[in-house]
Amino acid sequence: MSGFSFDAVAAILFIPAGAAAILAALPNYRMTAAVNVVASLLTLLAALSLFVTDRPAPGQYLLVDDLNIVFIVLNTFVGFTTSVFSASYIAHELETGRLTAPNLRFYHAMYQIMMFGMNLAFVSNNIGLMWVAVELATLTTVLMVGIYRTHEALEAAWKYFILGSVGIALALFGTILVYMAAQPVVGEGTNAMVWSVLIEKAAHFDPALLSVAFIFLLLGYGTKVGLAPLHAWLPDAHAEGPTPISAVLSGLLLNVALYAVLRFKLLLAASPQAIGPGPLMVTMGLTSLIFAAFMLYRRRDIKRLFAYSSIEHMGIIVFAFGMGGPLANFAGLLHMVMHSLTKSAIFFAVGHIAQVKGTQKISEIRGLTESHPGLGWALVIGVVAIAGLPPLGIFMSEFLVVSSTFARHPWLAIPLVFGLLIAFGALLLRLTGLAFGEPRGGTAPVEASYVPMYSHLALVFAAGIYLPAPLVAWFQHVAGILG
Amino acid sequence: MNGLTFDIAHLLAGSLVLISFMMLYQDRLFALINVFALHAVMLALSVAWQAYIQDAHHLYITAAIALVFKAIVIPVGLHRIIQRLGIHRDIETAVGIGPTMLAGIGLVTLSVVLMLRVTPEADPLAREDLAFALSIILLGLLVMVTRRNAVSQVVGFMSLENGLVLAATGAKGMPLVVEISVAFSILIAFIVIGVFLFRIRERFDSVDIGALDDYRGERR
Repeated sequence: MSGFSFDAVAAILFIPAGAAAILAALPNYRMTAAVNVVASLLTLLAALSLFVTDRPAPGQYLLVDDLNIVFIVLNTFVGFTTSVFSASYIAHELETGRLTAPNLRFYHAMYQIMMFGMNLAFVSNNIGLMWVAVELATLTTVLMVGIYRTHEALEAAWKYFILGSVGIALALFGTILVYMAAQPVVGEGTNAMVWSVLIEKAAHFDPALLSVAFIFLLLGYGTKVGLAPLHAWLPDAHAEGPTPISAVLSGLLLNVALYAVLRFKLLLAASPQAIGPGPLMVTMGLTSLIFAAFMLYRRRDIKRLFAYSSIEHMGIIVFAFGMGGPLANFAGLLHMVMHSLTKSAIFFAVGHIAQVKGTQKISEIRGLTESHPGLGWALVIGVVAIAGLPPLGIFMSEFLVVSSTFARHPWLAIPLVFGLLIAFGALLLRLTGLAFGEPRGGTAPVEASYVPMYSHLALVFAAGIYLPAPLVAWFQHVAGILG
Repeated sequence: MNGLTFDIAHLLAGSLVLISFMMLYQDRLFALINVFALHAVMLALSVAWQAYIQDAHHLYITAAIALVFKAIVIPVGLHRIIQRLGIHRDIETAVGIGPTMLAGIGLVTLSVVLMLRVTPEADPLAREDLAFALSIILLGLLVMVTRRNAVSQVVGFMSLENGLVLAATGAKGMPLVVEISVAFSILIAFIVIGVFLFRIRERFDSVDIGALDDYRGERR
């Protein structure tokens, strides 16, 4: 049994890696798109099998525990649906000549390498390996953001690359400091970088060094989460790259960085004399939320609009995890899952909308529900969900965040609710223009795959109405681990 | 620890910080790259010295990578790219040298104060290495912030990575994973940058008449 479950972890890593090699060699774009979908589906199945099989004992490099399974399954699921969306999106890009066949080969291979990097980051038990994996995932997305080769795309990719590298450099420095703190206790060598060893002995680490390390790690990985003072790369990268990449950036890559922060937060929580990670995360989360909420009003580009909305929601999630405690952690986890599903669904819709209208300018897109009902209503449902209206899932998670804040630190709830309302207003304001009124822009029929976006939205809707008891129990358990 | 070995390690790490300062006031690209090559040589020496005093032979590999790759291959490559892009005459109007140097001094003070305060129990060599490394990282960031040109931002970033390597080698017994990964990241970074620069160059070859006018030296 244990032999089989080890295979599941290996499969999560080797399927994307192998698929990337195959995709790089295949010339035909229809076939590569199909292979991409199949590989993503297989990875998802392998991830799901983690639930039913025994877990391997944590090794020096790999680890599967209750915390990262949630992330892995979410990651591979959105990875799979995005690959389905990407197949129809890319076909259109090829027709209009924005991308060429060699570009596509490169694109699909990079897609799988990125999935490999993200999965590796989730299963790694070694803080050095985790760093390498996050870096790998980042670099592949940099290449994909720049794939259109327009001036704007190159500039966005460059900005992303530079800021991402600075972030990753700070994170590496933090990782080295963690090693320095662990080395006197654990001893020299690989063991002092193994997370499951570190967490057991964290109480004996030098608290001051560990605190400084966490600040570097929070700043470093926080750059990738898109937290407010460090977010500058995020809107550009979302707006200028291909839309499937915007969907995985928002839905997945931000989560990878968040996961890294959470792992180190646990380490810090195990060391009683170190600074509390909570206040730092709460501050950064609130800043991101309020800043992004105001920025939503001035957006003219539809993808930028939703990129800022991602910053806002990552702010809420980091805030919730910063608050800590079972309820806030539960809310944070739920919010993360809901945000990933909703935001990627929105980007699926936006991708097709931008294609049929031939523009990303908000002012040139009007009356979508009339001209393209399928897309228009998907956008309406998505935006209603992301703005936090009942009965959809995000309402529930935001409600939990707010109520747990009220229960523990009422004065913190004021800026939180303020930010939420500001963002809510901005999103609905934009939505009425986009979705209703006299249609404007292209009216060409759309060859969209509705399945990915509507299945995401259905999940979000279902979660808002009813969360199955086993899922709630699982999330509660994970929230308990997060302390 | 023997006083002399300690002093030499100190000297090498300290010179790295000094060379980082030298980068701050270079306004020609070629000069900046030459200073970076010197930085990499000094890093190689420093890492090799660490390898010697820690008796950690794998660190010699890191030193060799620093010497061959960062001190020779990348500077030569960057020289070529600059010539091909025709930007070797560019003088960068960075933020004034005075304020930049002052900011640099502030950053070094900050990192020394911070690092020495939080590591009172660590091995004295390691903690001073760490203070120097953080200074180099922050100075590298400063180079990146004060420059507009893509090439000099890359150089700033690489000097920052040199600081990371110094920190990693100063941490005694840190597994090889990290050194290799740092070397790898630089390799990848360079590939990425190469792709970027190639593409940017490709854009210069476009049919844009403005570019042609610039090329002939007549601006409208």
